[in-house]
Amino acid sequence: MPSLGADMVSGTLLEWKVAPGDRVVRGTVVGLIETEKATMELESFVDGEIEALLVEPGTKVPVGTPLARVRAAGEPAAPPKVAEPARAAPEPVPIAPPAPAAAPLVPIAAAAAQAGTRVRSSPAARKRARELGIELVALHGSGPHGAIVLRDVVPTVTPVQQATPVQPAAAARRAAPPPSATGPARRPPPPSASPMRDAIAAAMTRSKREIPHYYLAHTISLKRALTWLGEVNEHRAIQDRVVPAVLLLRATALALWDVPELNGFWIDGAYRPSEEVHLGTAIALRTGGLIAPAILDADDKSLDQLGIELRDLVGRARAGRLRSSELTLATITVTSLGDRGCEAVWPVINPPQVAIVGFGATMERAWVDRGAVVPHPTVVATLAADHRVSDGHRGGLFLSAVDHLLQEPDKL
Amino acid sequence: MKLTYRDAMRDALRDALRGDPRVFLIGEDIGKYGGTYAVTRGLLDEFGPERVRDAPLSESAFVGAGIGAAINGMRPIVEIMTVNFSLLALDQIVNSAATLRHMSGGQVEVPLVIRMATGAGRQVAAQHSHSLENWYAHVPGLRVVAPATVRDARGMLATVLGERDPVIVFEHVQLYGLEDELTDTGPVDLDRAVIRRPGNDATIITYGGSLPRSLEAAAALAKDGVETEVIDLRTLRPLDADTLVASVARTHRAVIVDEGWRTGSLAGEVAAILGERAFWDLDAPIGRVCSAEVPIPYAKHLELAALPSADAIVAAVKAVLA
Repeated sequence: MPSLGADMVSGTLLEWKVAPGDRVVRGTVVGLIETEKATMELESFVDGEIEALLVEPGTKVPVGTPLARVRAAGEPAAPPKVAEPARAAPEPVPIAPPAPAAAPLVPIAAAAAQAGTRVRSSPAARKRARELGIELVALHGSGPHGAIVLRDVVPTVTPVQQATPVQPAAAARRAAPPPSATGPARRPPPPSASPMRDAIAAAMTRSKREIPHYYLAHTISLKRALTWLGEVNEHRAIQDRVVPAVLLLRATALALWDVPELNGFWIDGAYRPSEEVHLGTAIALRTGGLIAPAILDADDKSLDQLGIELRDLVGRARAGRLRSSELTLATITVTSLGDRGCEAVWPVINPPQVAIVGFGATMERAWVDRGAVVPHPTVVATLAADHRVSDGHRGGLFLSAVDHLLQEPDKL
Repeated sequence: MKLTYRDAMRDALRDALRGDPRVFLIGEDIGKYGGTYAVTRGLLDEFGPERVRDAPLSESAFVGAGIGAAINGMRPIVEIMTVNFSLLALDQIVNSAATLRHMSGGQVEVPLVIRMATGAGRQVAAQHSHSLENWYAHVPGLRVVAPATVRDARGMLATVLGERDPVIVFEHVQLYGLEDELTDTGPVDLDRAVIRRPGNDATIITYGGSLPRSLEAAAALAKDGVETEVIDLRTLRPLDADTLVASVARTHRAVIVDEGWRTGSLAGEVAAILGERAFWDLDAPIGRVCSAEVPIPYAKHLELAALPSADAIVAAVKAVLA
C-alpha cells in the first residue's frame, strides 16, 4: 500500500484490475484504492509480471503492506508456495511508491497517532518496538486477527537505515520518533466527522510543528499577461481558452528552475531536491476539504497542455478518480484562492514538500506605471518555504522570477 | 507426616484455644456434631462447652455475639456453615464489624475471625454452593484470606489471630480432603501472594479451591512445553498487586481463575489491576475462567459444567498464547 501523501496511514484496496500472470509496465493501472481523501487508481511502479495478489478487495491495510508481488522481467519465478506472503523473499518487487514519494516511516507513524488509525498490536509489542526504534507498520502481525505481538517485534534494520547499518541500540535512538509524537501519553484524538478532515489535520499539524516556515509576499501586475491572454483567447472557442490560473502555474513551474531549493522533499533530516517539477495543485472539493494532486512535469508542458491537464485533474479530483502517482509525486504545491475574492493567502507547506506558493484574487490596484498612477489588474503572490532548506533571499528571487515571467507572457 | 486440610485447620484451632484463653469458638453444629465439615470434631470434649459453643440457627445472632465479645476483649473464632448463609449476617459483618474502628475514631477494635466454607463441587445445590468471596473482598475494614494449601490451613489462623481487625477466612469445601506432607506448622505470611509453580510463558492467577485445578492445568500445559506460572492470591483483601504485576512483566500473559461468577468478580478486579499497572507488559488480552452465570446446579454433570475445570483453564491459557 503506497503512501499517497504524508498523512496517509492506511488504504482500502477496492478492486484489482490485473490478475496473476498479467504483464505490467511502470504506470499500468493495476487496481483501485481508497484513502481518507479519495479513490484513486493504483499504478505499478515496476515492469514485470504479476505473480500474486496478496490483498483481497475490500481490505483496509496499513501503508507499507505488500499488495501484490511483481516478478521483474528476467527474474526467476518465486517458489510456488510461500507460507507467509508478507514476509516473502526480497526478490519479488512489491508494489510500492518510489523512494521520494514514500513518506519516511517515522512521520507516518506520527501521523497515525494523530489520525487515530492504528495498527492492531499488543501493548508489550508496542513497548518493545518503541525500545528498539521499530515502526509497527513495518511489521507482520502473527497474533489473532493479524495483531502484532511481542514475538513479531525482533530487532531489524528498517528500510530507512539499510544504507548505513547500525547497532540496534543506536538505531533505536536514530529512528525513535520524539516522545511527543508517538509516546504512550498521547491520547487518541476525539472522533471526527470526516476522515479527510482528520487527514488534513494530521498533515497540517505536522507541518506547523516540524517545518519552520518563512513567508514572503510580492504584488505582481497582470496587465501584460491578461492583455496577452485576451488576445490569444479572442480567436478561440470557449472550451479551448487558456484560463489565467494556467499562466500562474506555468510561471511558477519555470521560476523553480532558478530556485531549485524550493522544489523537492525534506526526508530524514535532509533535503532531497527533485529534478522534475511536479506541481501540486490545491483543489477544493465540493464535499468539503481539499486535495492537491500533481500536474507531472509541469515545467515541460505548454500552456495549452497545462490547461487541458488542469481541467482534467479538477474533474477527476471531484469524481474521486485520481491516480496514485498524482498524489505522491508533487514536489511543490500551488494554492490559488483567486475566485474566492480574498487578497492574499498564507499557505501551509504540505510535508514532505518544502514550499508552497499562493496566489490571491486578481484585483485592480492603483499601479505606478512609467510615472503615472493607473489601474492595473494585480495579484499578490505569496511563498511559504521551509527555512531548513532555503532562506528569504532565495525565496524573494523566486517570487521576482515569477513576476518577470508574467511580464513576458508570450514567452511562457 | 501426611495431613488433610481439615486436620490442619483443626490443629490450628486447637493451638489457638490452647495458646490464648481469650479464644473461643462459636457456630452452628460445631460442638456435639463436630462441625458440618468435621473441622471441629473432638474440640468440644477437649475444651468444653464454654469455649466450643453450639449456636442457635441465627447467623445474625451468633456473628453479632462474636462482634460483641471481640469488642470486649475476647478473641472469638466464628464458624459460618457456608458463605451462602453468611448473607444472614451480612449486616453484622459489613455494617458493624467492618465499620466500628472507623466510626469510633479508632477507639473500638473488632479482632474477630470468621471462618466460612465456600464453593461448589459437592452436589449440595445452589443455596450451599456459591463463591461470594468478592462480596467481602469489596468491603474496607475487613481482611479476607483464602488458604488453599494444607500448609496455609495450618499456619494462617495464627497470623489472622494477630490481626486487630475482623478477618474472613474462606475454606473451599473441596479442599478439606486435600492431603499433604506438613513439616512446618508455624504462622504463615499473609501479605504476599505466592508463586505455587514458576513459569515464564503465562501467568495463572487464582486462589482457594481453584488452585488445585490451576496446578493440574499447568501440569498438563507443561507436557505441551508451555511453562505456566501459577500464583495463589492467598489474601483477597488487600490484594498483593506487586507480585501479580511482577509476574506478568515476565510472562506478558495472564489468565485469572475464579470460581465466582465472572460479572463483578474478583477476577475482574485482578484484570483491572493488570490493566492499570501491567498494561505495557501485556502481549495478549487477559483471560478469565469463572463459573457459568447460573445458580450452581445440583445435577453432577451440570455442576461440573458450570465450574472452572482444568480443561477450561488449559484452553484459556492456550488462547492467550495464540
